[in-house]
Amino acid sequence: MLNMFEVIETNNMIEQEKLDVRTITMGISLLDCSDSDLNAVNDKIYKKITTLAKDLVSTGESIEREFGIPIVNKRISVTPIALVGGAACRTPEDFVTIAQTLDRAAKEVGVNFIGGYSALVCKGMTAADENLIRSIPQALACTERVCSSVNVGSTKTGINMDAVNLMGEVVRQTAEATKEEDSLGCAKLVVFCNAPDDNPFMAGAFHGVTEADAIINVGVSGPGVVKVALEKARGQNFEVLCETIKKTAFKITRVGQLVAQEASRRLGIPFGIIDLSLAPTPAVGDSVAEILEEIGLERVGAPGTTAALAMLNDQVKKGGVMASSYVGGLSGAFIPVSEDQGMIDAVTLGALTIEKLEAMTCVCSVGLDMIAIPGDTPATTIAGIIADEAAIGMVNQKTTAVRVIPVIGKGVGDTVEFGGLLGYAPVMPVNTYSCEKFVTRGGRIPAPIHSFKN
Amino acid sequence: MSKAIITVVGKDTVGIIARVCTFLADNQINILDISQTIVQGYFNMMMIVDITAADERFGALAEAIEKLGDEIGVKIKCQKEEIFTSMHRI
Repeated sequence: MLNMFEVIETNNMIEQEKLDVRTITMGISLLDCSDSDLNAVNDKIYKKITTLAKDLVSTGESIEREFGIPIVNKRISVTPIALVGGAACRTPEDFVTIAQTLDRAAKEVGVNFIGGYSALVCKGMTAADENLIRSIPQALACTERVCSSVNVGSTKTGINMDAVNLMGEVVRQTAEATKEEDSLGCAKLVVFCNAPDDNPFMAGAFHGVTEADAIINVGVSGPGVVKVALEKARGQNFEVLCETIKKTAFKITRVGQLVAQEASRRLGIPFGIIDLSLAPTPAVGDSVAEILEEIGLERVGAPGTTAALAMLNDQVKKGGVMASSYVGGLSGAFIPVSEDQGMIDAVTLGALTIEKLEAMTCVCSVGLDMIAIPGDTPATTIAGIIADEAAIGMVNQKTTAVRVIPVIGKGVGDTVEFGGLLGYAPVMPVNTYSCEKFVTRGGRIPAPIHSFKN
Repeated sequence: MSKAIITVVGKDTVGIIARVCTFLADNQINILDISQTIVQGYFNMMMIVDITAADERFGALAEAIEKLGDEIGVKIKCQKEEIFTSMHRI
């Protein structure tokens, strides 16, 4: 039978260490909404989302109440819209109407983000893919809750450099289109390499074509819990440190598994995966940077940061995998700058640079995430940053991504406020030497040699 | 059987257990186990209760008992057992 010590431990995690389930994300396939008539596509999409997800928010809230665990976000991911709208959309403006439909559906069911305004172009672009990509700036400027992602490379196919170059421009145009709000549109746009089909986390969530009609994916969190557990392991060796992280990750993930199973049962929709990510928030004590500092770094960004993060990431997976029947998505520590108070402090102090963040992305999930860069950064330089990250993902057979925000009208030394979970960020300097001749060559970078396993 | 865990934490005062138990009895909830300690003047109690009879209206019940806590001046939480067993039992 349960004892008081265990009950108090769980409740302390929730009340003082900010343990929560970060998101319940319902993946919805829109493949059956395809039609050659644009109005029909929009109608079908709206109906399907508002029917399947009508109880998502209320179910999440009742689980929260009954188990006493906060579930911060309820969200939806859909099939990449380039595939769904391909037959009906002739122009980028046509695609924008679908973005507006998604926004309307999200507001109707009460979710705070809907992901999947996406195109998968890791080898080549269809006309529909290109139209969707060109519509992203307008789509993100005229909607509130729609998130967009584009997969530009994979280990199996190499990197589509035409798409990388185009995305450099699209990121800049999105920044321009939303410059009144500190270029907020770019916070809802992710460029991926090796994008997972079942990621529950925004802004990169979409419902892959290999998935079932509808599915429940859950993203857990809990950097604060890991940090507090590590405070008790101060001065101990790596064996003790790793054991502590594993045990904590196990406990956190079990809560996610419980919530996922309950949500799946109550909504009558199959359980997909748990994403074992340490996802920080701007709240003090809910920071991945603080964990790294607890492990022994004066500031995140100091020499040793990459090794500490690699170890942390691996132990979280080892502990979490046993706690869940299906693990997927991104599963690793997130290192978004604006959403993590410890990262923000390290950048402000000059301890953490984009180059160090890039090194860190080799050993953890995602990539250069929520980084504000000067508003005058050229599109080709952004394309170069995307190409670098995609190369890391391609060669290391892992997901990498870029979500940078060139803040129009601001430069190094300025701060940008995004609000809410997106936090705030100091504008970081970017290497000003050009890579224009490299990124504009045209064509593809071939798949790496180790992808030929057949 | 459907079980829930009730935790009560706060400054010790007369009649905490009496009022919580009366509330549970009024709502047809059977107490299976109680453990209680006082640490530095602070009252700590954990109850394991059978909520089979009240499962349907669990949400309302949890809210009502929280409110009772506000009246007494202690913090009361009522959570389904699974959150603890899933975390602490393999």
